Amino acid sequence: MDLLIPEIGLLVWNTIAFLVLVFLLGKFAWKPIMKAIHDREQNIDDALNKAELAKQEMARLTSQNEELMKQAREERDLILKEAKSLKDNIINEAKTQAQAEGAKLIEKARIEIENQKKAALAELKGQVSSLSLDIAERVLRNQLDDKNKQQELVNNLLKDVELN
Amino acid sequence: MYYNPVFVSRVKQVIVAFTLFLAFFVSKAQAATPIDSVIADTVVTVENDAQHHEAASHEAKKEEKGFDITSFIFHHISDSHYFTLFGHGEHGIHLHLPIILWTDKGLVTFSSKEFNFNDDGTVAVEKNGQRFAMAHNKIYYANETADAHGSFVSHELNDKGDEVVTNARPLDFSITKNVFSMLLSIVVLVILFTAAARGYKKRNGKAPKGIQSFMEPIILFVRDDIARPNLGHKYTKFMPYLLTVFFFIWFNNMLGLVPFFPGGANVTGNIAMTAVLAACTYLITTFKGNKDYWKHIFWMPGVPVPMKIFLAPLELIGTFTKPIALAIRLFANITAGHILVMSLLCLIFIFNSIAVAPASIFFAVFIGLIEFLVAFIQAFIFTTLSALFIGMAVEEHH
Repeated sequence: MDLLIPEIGLLVWNTIAFLVLVFLLGKFAWKPIMKAIHDREQNIDDALNKAELAKQEMARLTSQNEELMKQAREERDLILKEAKSLKDNIINEAKTQAQAEGAKLIEKARIEIENQKKAALAELKGQVSSLSLDIAERVLRNQLDDKNKQQELVNNLLKDVELN
Repeated sequence: MYYNPVFVSRVKQVIVAFTLFLAFFVSKAQAATPIDSVIADTVVTVENDAQHHEAASHEAKKEEKGFDITSFIFHHISDSHYFTLFGHGEHGIHLHLPIILWTDKGLVTFSSKEFNFNDDGTVAVEKNGQRFAMAHNKIYYANETADAHGSFVSHELNDKGDEVVTNARPLDFSITKNVFSMLLSIVVLVILFTAAARGYKKRNGKAPKGIQSFMEPIILFVRDDIARPNLGHKYTKFMPYLLTVFFFIWFNNMLGLVPFFPGGANVTGNIAMTAVLAACTYLITTFKGNKDYWKHIFWMPGVPVPMKIFLAPLELIGTFTKPIALAIRLFANITAGHILVMSLLCLIFIFNSIAVAPASIFFAVFIGLIEFLVAFIQAFIFTTLSALFIGMAVEEHH
């Protein structure tokens, strides 16, 4: 059958043409195309790898940041705590100082009062003596006859004055 | 090896359905020509039927006018020295392709126009003191005198009952329809893919655009689904061959389905083309085959010695049957597709009724669409099997 017997001319032409096609396409089409596709795939892979690395770096940085934040927070807490204790100290100190000062003032006031009292007593004593003298004078003038009685009265009076 | 079983079986189902459809019509019409046989998809049956047809049609011709469907179809799927743009015979417009002959007296070239569309050897062309006649698209040395029918070639019935021309033939290196179509496809492919390659150069590292983006998925398909699974890491070396084979077969399959110029030739449905392609695969497997490959052929490891001796010739024959099967598969599939479409259209002429035309055209278009798939599948299968055979030859056994 004709269909199954290859024509020699067709065979020759087909062989030549096909080999030429393989050569031409291989050299001018497949080589650059496959290279370009391969390069691009490589590029995409690289880019993805880089993105992955960047992501990891980001994660690292984030965790580092968190660490730093935590540290800062701790430090802040510490500082606040210190400040608080310092403040308490100062307040306490101030309180004790104030107390001491107050006590001192009170002492001073007490001493002053004592002094004033003493002065007042001294003055009172003077007044009492003059008053006594007054009384005596009056007694002398009024009841000079009963000397003993008078004397007793004077003494009693003096005693009372002194007790005050 | 990867096939889509659903897909393949569907194609088969459709073919079976059409066989039944045709058988039904033929039995109803009681047509003289057993048309259902032409859709048989094995080469052997095609061959036998064709012989049967030829004999039958010759008788029919003698009796009455009749429409000789077999010779019509075979005329369409076989090679020719004309490329018909449209019309028929002297009333059509044709490309007259050059005839190049290597004769006993050297090279002879002339235009096929000189045969004046004569295909039964009744016109003898004289060149360089030699006379040539064309019969059934083949060129013979013409006899000195014409016989009773006016033919310059002698006919003889061979043992199968076929009429064969007994004249000697010069070596025919003519640019026939197939050669013309193939050269055209090569020009188109080279232009197409160098354009794509330019795109890659111009837009280096960027996303593909235009023709580049159309071709890239297919190129990647060949690389990732054909070359890599079969060839492993060694695929780069064979990519140019596999890509060329794939696109060459696919493009020519598609071109063959185009019913008008520049399509219509049957390049991949011609045994000469598929034989050349299969021979390339065979040569690559043979010359790139490593020690393991040859060892598995001649001295199969892991089996007893008598078995080794028994297997060696089988394996050796296997190396030849593989490429032969490749060639036959592609040839038979594409030829069968062409025959099928032509037969469906010929139903109109067989019934001699325009009423059949809608059904006939509907089914021809349907089969035509399936042929588009077959065009791709056959390119895919040829390339995959080539990759598989090469892969087996270069595989490293550990």
